[in-house]
Amino acid sequence: MTATVHVDSVTHAASTPDVPQPYRELGLKDDEYTRIREILGRRPTDAELAMYSVMWSEHCSYKSSKVHLSYFGQTTTDEMRASMLAGIGENAGVVDIGDGWAVTFKVESHNHPSYVEPYQGAATGVGGIVRDILAMGARPLAVMDPLRFGAADHPDTRRVLPGVVAGVGGYGNCLGLPNIGGEVVFDPSYQGNPLVNALCVGAMRVEDLHLAHASGTGNKVILFGARTGLDGIGGVSVLASDTFAASDSAEGGSGRKKLPSVQVGDPFTEKVLIECCLELFGAGLVVGIQDLGGAGLSCATSELASAGDGGMHVELDRVPLRAKGMTPAEILSSESQERMCAVVRPSDVDAFMRVCAKWDVTATEIGEVTDGDRLVITWHGETVLDVPPRTVAHEGPVYERPVERPTDQDALLADLPDTLPRPSTSDELRAEILRMAGSPNLASRRWVTEQYDRYVRGGTVLAQPSDAGMIRIDEATGRGVAVSCDCNGRFVRLDPYVGTQLALAEAYRNVAVSGARPVAVTNCLNFGSPEDPGVMWQFQQAVRGLADGCAALGIPVTGGNVSFYNQTGATAILPTPVVGVLGVIEDVRTRIRTGIGDSGDELFLLGETRDELAGSEWAHVVHGHLGGRPPAVDLAAEQRLGELLRAARVSAAHDLSDGGLAQALVEACLISGRGAEVTLPGDPFVALFSESSARVLVAVPPTEAAAFTALCQEQNQPTHRLGTVTEDNALLHIDGLTDLPLDQLRTTWEATLPALFG
Amino acid sequence: MARVVVDVMPKPEILDPQGQAVANALPRLGFSGVSEVRQGKHFELEVDDSVDDETLAKIAIGFLSNPVIEDFVVRRIP
Amino acid sequence: MSRVGVITFPGTLDDTDAARAVRYAGAEPVALWHGDADLRGVDAVVVPGGFSYGDYLRAGAIARFAPVMGEVVTAARAGMPVLGICNGFQILCEAGLLPGALVRNAGLHFVCRDQRLRVERTSTAWTGDYAAGAEIVIPVKNMDGRFAAASSTVDELEGEGRVVFRYVDGNPNGSLGDIAGICSADGRIVGLMPHPEHAIDALTGPGVDGLAMFTSVLGKVLT
Repeated sequence: MTATVHVDSVTHAASTPDVPQPYRELGLKDDEYTRIREILGRRPTDAELAMYSVMWSEHCSYKSSKVHLSYFGQTTTDEMRASMLAGIGENAGVVDIGDGWAVTFKVESHNHPSYVEPYQGAATGVGGIVRDILAMGARPLAVMDPLRFGAADHPDTRRVLPGVVAGVGGYGNCLGLPNIGGEVVFDPSYQGNPLVNALCVGAMRVEDLHLAHASGTGNKVILFGARTGLDGIGGVSVLASDTFAASDSAEGGSGRKKLPSVQVGDPFTEKVLIECCLELFGAGLVVGIQDLGGAGLSCATSELASAGDGGMHVELDRVPLRAKGMTPAEILSSESQERMCAVVRPSDVDAFMRVCAKWDVTATEIGEVTDGDRLVITWHGETVLDVPPRTVAHEGPVYERPVERPTDQDALLADLPDTLPRPSTSDELRAEILRMAGSPNLASRRWVTEQYDRYVRGGTVLAQPSDAGMIRIDEATGRGVAVSCDCNGRFVRLDPYVGTQLALAEAYRNVAVSGARPVAVTNCLNFGSPEDPGVMWQFQQAVRGLADGCAALGIPVTGGNVSFYNQTGATAILPTPVVGVLGVIEDVRTRIRTGIGDSGDELFLLGETRDELAGSEWAHVVHGHLGGRPPAVDLAAEQRLGELLRAARVSAAHDLSDGGLAQALVEACLISGRGAEVTLPGDPFVALFSESSARVLVAVPPTEAAAFTALCQEQNQPTHRLGTVTEDNALLHIDGLTDLPLDQLRTTWEATLPALFG
Repeated sequence: MARVVVDVMPKPEILDPQGQAVANALPRLGFSGVSEVRQGKHFELEVDDSVDDETLAKIAIGFLSNPVIEDFVVRRIP
Repeated sequence: MSRVGVITFPGTLDDTDAARAVRYAGAEPVALWHGDADLRGVDAVVVPGGFSYGDYLRAGAIARFAPVMGEVVTAARAGMPVLGICNGFQILCEAGLLPGALVRNAGLHFVCRDQRLRVERTSTAWTGDYAAGAEIVIPVKNMDGRFAAASSTVDELEGEGRVVFRYVDGNPNGSLGDIAGICSADGRIVGLMPHPEHAIDALTGPGVDGLAMFTSVLGKVLT
């Protein structure tokens, strides 16, 4: 006798309340399972259990971070909200940038998959964030990638980094999105937990903004894009073992327990999906749209239904599959890439399908919006899921995890770098400058950035190694945006509140240095385990620092991402709240280039330099030291710098950050291919390697120098006349100290990454 | 229905850096004695009786392989 | 005003940029759809860059069979100027309009850089506005840009002066003879791996050295 596959239906669940369910293996706690039973008034079906377990996971529900993230909402004023068209909670934040244009941007993490499968982990990370931007109704226009790896010379970094870079490039290049910036940071704390954060910027006309919601009883739900397969559902395989389907189904059973937990991306499918979606938007054929990312259909259906004003009915057997014998729970949990879910008026369905056919995109009507307030999913006529969608998508568990300042924090702060031996002779200082320039965190990133297309779409005005990436949004008027992502994890470790404000300050400054006006913030908060009270303290402090900082600067956080569990055993990563700042420039032709300027220009160092070496690149590289208080943060000074740069006439500028003035001078000279003569202010070591914040190197045409100095005085902007840009293209001359031939600097600066990664 | 395999390899005179990368990596992984690696493509086709050998050759030469840079071999699997 | 067609295949990326370059040159860009066997009466055709069909099977291998390409081949044989850029070059080689093939870069990485080229031949439909031997800077950005061919083919190209562009100051992909671009015997079909459409405005590229490629053809269209 052949046993048949029984699907765990609602009726069946109601009549078999005591069947043991593998909720713990799916990551649910006892009290969460009990709550689900209470919500449903019976035990959940396999499909319901799968949906709740993925949607209530940390990644999807933000259960450990919600109580802290609410501080963003509390500190965002009406004035800050004025230009926001969509904020936290939507697929991505949207900002009105003037002239009828809206820009959407967001940064997200794909950390754990990138450790497992570097190429695909990074590739699908890019794919996911691009779909988020697309789901807002925008054309994706550019990407950026903050990347963090373990020690540069560690064998496993050799495994991970090239794969990640190839994946970022392979996917982004094939989508036709210029990569305009990012970071590459090495630190041993990331060895087992590399961080792959992906940012995307898109634009649309204000009236074309699309929000994810299903509304209008009778509207159809259409799933389109790639077929659904077994990607990324490793965890859900336990369900197969626990129901009567296990040994019976034609292709299922124990042979399928080892299901892939890695998603594999196809950028060609996504490129075609982008063009198809934009045509659908342009024709007004979409009422609501959601992309399928983590938690796939579970997320898309519950979020769309939850945000709408009715319920939803879905026939799961209509989902086009690319694997045989998938169960409802598997279909709902699949993380197959390049899929979107749209809500469409019945009268528009034919036109919708015609556009999809033109682009050869698979599209299937899988359900409709209903009145009532339940999400109901059937499988070959049987109801396998019947839930209140808000409980799945928005009313997940909220944890108040214990928060405790680590006991070693004081000792860390007291471990000042003041007694670390410092170079003092000219020879020592000269050698130190070269050593720092060639160190992995400061060396040229060309090996990475040449693997990315920066030109596609013809709108890239600034890209790496510029301080910010800048793209032109409007070809007619020249209106554009600039973006920078930054974080110094060491500063955050020393003081999460100040350190996060320093990250905000750095991103703000990088945008300001390009000539744009900062208007909005996104963030990717990468931390260790939320079960560690010390990590939760870092998180709480970081959120507060960022929110308070944004309020001080008057620019809102429009959205972001949290990644917890970046931890190997008991060792967490450096707390790494990556902050992205977006700025607006009315005409990209007025942008400020990163560099040392033109021959004859006068060089100024804006800002105050103090003896602040704690957490510096110098302390890390030369002494392996991390301790003391991070540099002081002064957001008012950052604002003043921004205003000054927008008002002044300068040839070029460069912000000071990791590696201090030494690094800024080296980079500016090498980027411009021009030398300079400078006189350092104060103690040479401090002048060269201190990492005091709110400082910028500026080159001013000689005819503008007097006006510039007057403007600085007017604005109470501390400045030091540093020197001149020379005719001589060969040397960086540091008065009283040394001459550094540019050839030598270039060789040192450019050799490091190719030597490590080939 | 029958199964056909088409193997496509780069012509011997064409530089194959992908194959070289594989060959170079093997010693690092602890495998010795492999002196050369060349990387190609393997196609498996399900064909009905109307697809004769001449047709298969056309598919292989005009599409599955680029005769400027690749050689191919067609095999019917019994 | 001349009308220059720009083809879009599924996965084409640089069509908009090619159209912009045509406009900057003073001609009218005409969008051509891969699925339509119709050149819409254009005077010249640009097959732009990108990853048509995801570079499945081989770069350009599937696009060459698109309905529009049948028309391009017919028109090219009748003397219509055709420019293949990057993926476009790959498609023209797969379609047999140009000899050789483009394969994986020798360094196995995607390379995007501003590349110095020498213009070796100005008597083509697309290079008449350059000075002979001019050195220009044009971005390259590709994964499969290495020109490969039988040595007899390379000899023929060199012997007949059909190498149009050559890499100087470094070869980004290992192309035989540092060949960056070639032409048909009549000089009306040109294929090159670098992207001239990204060098038409100093604001967004390394300079304007690419513009001459698009202005050159305006005087060369068939009447």
